[in-house]
Order: sequence, then C-alpha cells, then structure tokens
Amino acid sequence: METVRKWVQLFMGFLMNGSWSFPFTRSIYQGPLKVICAPGLNCYSCPAATTYCPMGSIQQLLSGLRFALENSQFYFGLSVVGAIGVLGGLFGRMICGWACPFGFIQELLYKIPSKKFRIPRILSYGKFMFLIMFVIVLPLVVVDDFGAGQPWYCKFVCPAGTLEAGIPMLLMQPNLRATVGLLFFNKFVIMITFLGWSVFSSRPFCRTACPLGAFYALFSKVRLIKLHLDEAKCTNCKACHLVCPMEVKFNESPDDYECISCLACMNKACKFDAITLEIGGIPLETPGKRLPSPSKIA
Amino acid sequence: MTPRTSTRKQNKWPIRKAPLAVISFFLLLWLAGNATGEPARVLEQAIRVCLSCIGIG
Repeated sequence: METVRKWVQLFMGFLMNGSWSFPFTRSIYQGPLKVICAPGLNCYSCPAATTYCPMGSIQQLLSGLRFALENSQFYFGLSVVGAIGVLGGLFGRMICGWACPFGFIQELLYKIPSKKFRIPRILSYGKFMFLIMFVIVLPLVVVDDFGAGQPWYCKFVCPAGTLEAGIPMLLMQPNLRATVGLLFFNKFVIMITFLGWSVFSSRPFCRTACPLGAFYALFSKVRLIKLHLDEAKCTNCKACHLVCPMEVKFNESPDDYECISCLACMNKACKFDAITLEIGGIPLETPGKRLPSPSKIA
Repeated sequence: MTPRTSTRKQNKWPIRKAPLAVISFFLLLWLAGNATGEPARVLEQAIRVCLSCIGIG
C-alpha cells in the first residue's frame, strides 16, 4: 500500500504541475485549467502549475476585498473555501498524505539516513495560527493607504512558493534577479530550514506551519473517508504509535487532527485488524483483512 | 415481521451523516462563490506571476 501511495503522490504532483512548456515560454501556464483548485499546497506561480493554490487565492481575494466591494464585486473567497471545504469533507488530511506535492518532497527528504527527532506536539498548533493570522486576518486588516492588503503567508513564509516558484522563476527570468532582496532571503532561509528539518523529522512543515493542513485538520471528525478503530480488537500494544509519520497515537485518538490517513498503522503495524478504512461509516475490505462485525463498529 | 426488520437493521452499517451535511454546506458555498463570478477573478490572479507570493516583489 505504501508503494501505491507513493505512486498516487507522484501522479497528483504531475497532475498539479503538468505544464512542461515553461522551458520554451519562460513563464507560467496561463490556460483555463487554472480555474481548478489544487487539493494540496502547490504554488500557482510555479512555472508548471496547472491549478491554483487555495491558500494563495484566499489571501489575494481578501487583500483586495475593499476594492472588490467598492466595485460591487462580492469576492469573499466563497468559491475557494467551498472547493477546499468539499475536499476536506471528503478526505480531510488524507490529501496531505496522498496528494500534496510539498508533503511528498518532505517524505523523500526524511528517507535520507540520519538521526531522527520527534516534534513536540505543542508546535502543531502553529499551523492554526498561520491559517488564522497570516492567511485571513493580516491580509484583510493590514492595508496600505490605498486599501490594498498583502498575501502575508505567501510573501513572508511559504517555503513551497520559494521552492516551486521563486527559484525556478529567478532561473528562467534573469531580469527578476535584480529585485531579489531581504524578502527573498528571508523566505529562502525559511525554505532551507524546513527542507533541512525534513531530513531529521517527519513532515515538519505539514505539522507546524501549513495553513492548508490546518484547514483540512478541522474536518478530522467529520470527514467521509477516515480510519476507524475497533476498540474491542485493540490490545493497546501501541504498535500504531511507532509507524505513524505524524506521531499520532492512533489507538488513543482515532480522530486526531494530525492523521493523514497514510494507512501505515493499518497495514504495517496492527496485527489484530483493529484498524479499518471506512467511507461514511462503511468499512472497506482491504486484502488480507477481515471486516469487524457491524455491532463492533456501532 | 418485527424481529426480521430489527435483524435487517442490525446488519446495516451505521451511516455517518455529518460528512454529507458538511460537504453539502461547502458545495453551497462553492456555488455561491461561482454565482458572484469569483472564479474569473481567481483565474485572473492565477495566470499572473505573483511576485510577492514568490518572495521577489
């Protein structure tokens, strides 16, 4: 199953970054597919990006809300929030585990042999702060003399934007290099920090600073597809604790907001068939696993 | 008749309705956003290189 997940991640990465004409055009894709919302964090200024980044779009819409309202345009970001809300209701943070290109990059870096470190749980609240402050409040509230805000998260934090868009664009368009300053240096340091941290800890960006992951985390209890724990079968052996890339103690907290449904606990750890994948309450039968009885689920 | 019905009910998996309500709610939001013409604005932004987004501007 892990191999399948890797292929799905690769496929989704190519799907969101499928425009490979940029070496010739030296610019980004500008076709109609960019009206489609990317499920994962994928900068829309990446030369190969075929979809829009929901976090980037929300910030852009909120930062220009005053102008829009003055022109009777009610661009509150409803279509963007609606799109990621539907995805969140269906999959929740399963998207982080299966469809996010930046999550995939972090997973690959974590495979580099080194001493590994845990991430303190308290840092996981950081991503909610970034979602509320940097994506919503600051772009909306901090405005210049003309009433225009800024995309705070994209501008000051997002390492995915630096890696997928900033560096490629600087390589492709030499005239942009003259504009590189402290702002880019700040983002470059943040990117290097997270990429370096990914070698030593599992998915540090997803767990501490990703606002999209924070949004999907809100759906952990109500998403359609999620893992289910059969408490009658669980022996509390804690094997699921050891394999989780997000350090979730699944048998203690089956609806944990950090669970990315990578299925490692179900396939690699649990020998007692206590963990099943379910869709809307109906468990899926996976090869080699027997379904628990309906009464146990209830 | 009664026991048969209850047996049938016991064998059914309990369907979770909350996700369907959440998905419906966000689907309505998405439709409302589309009705205001927001996707055109999103597209307009997405096809331009956002310099501040990539840390240059």
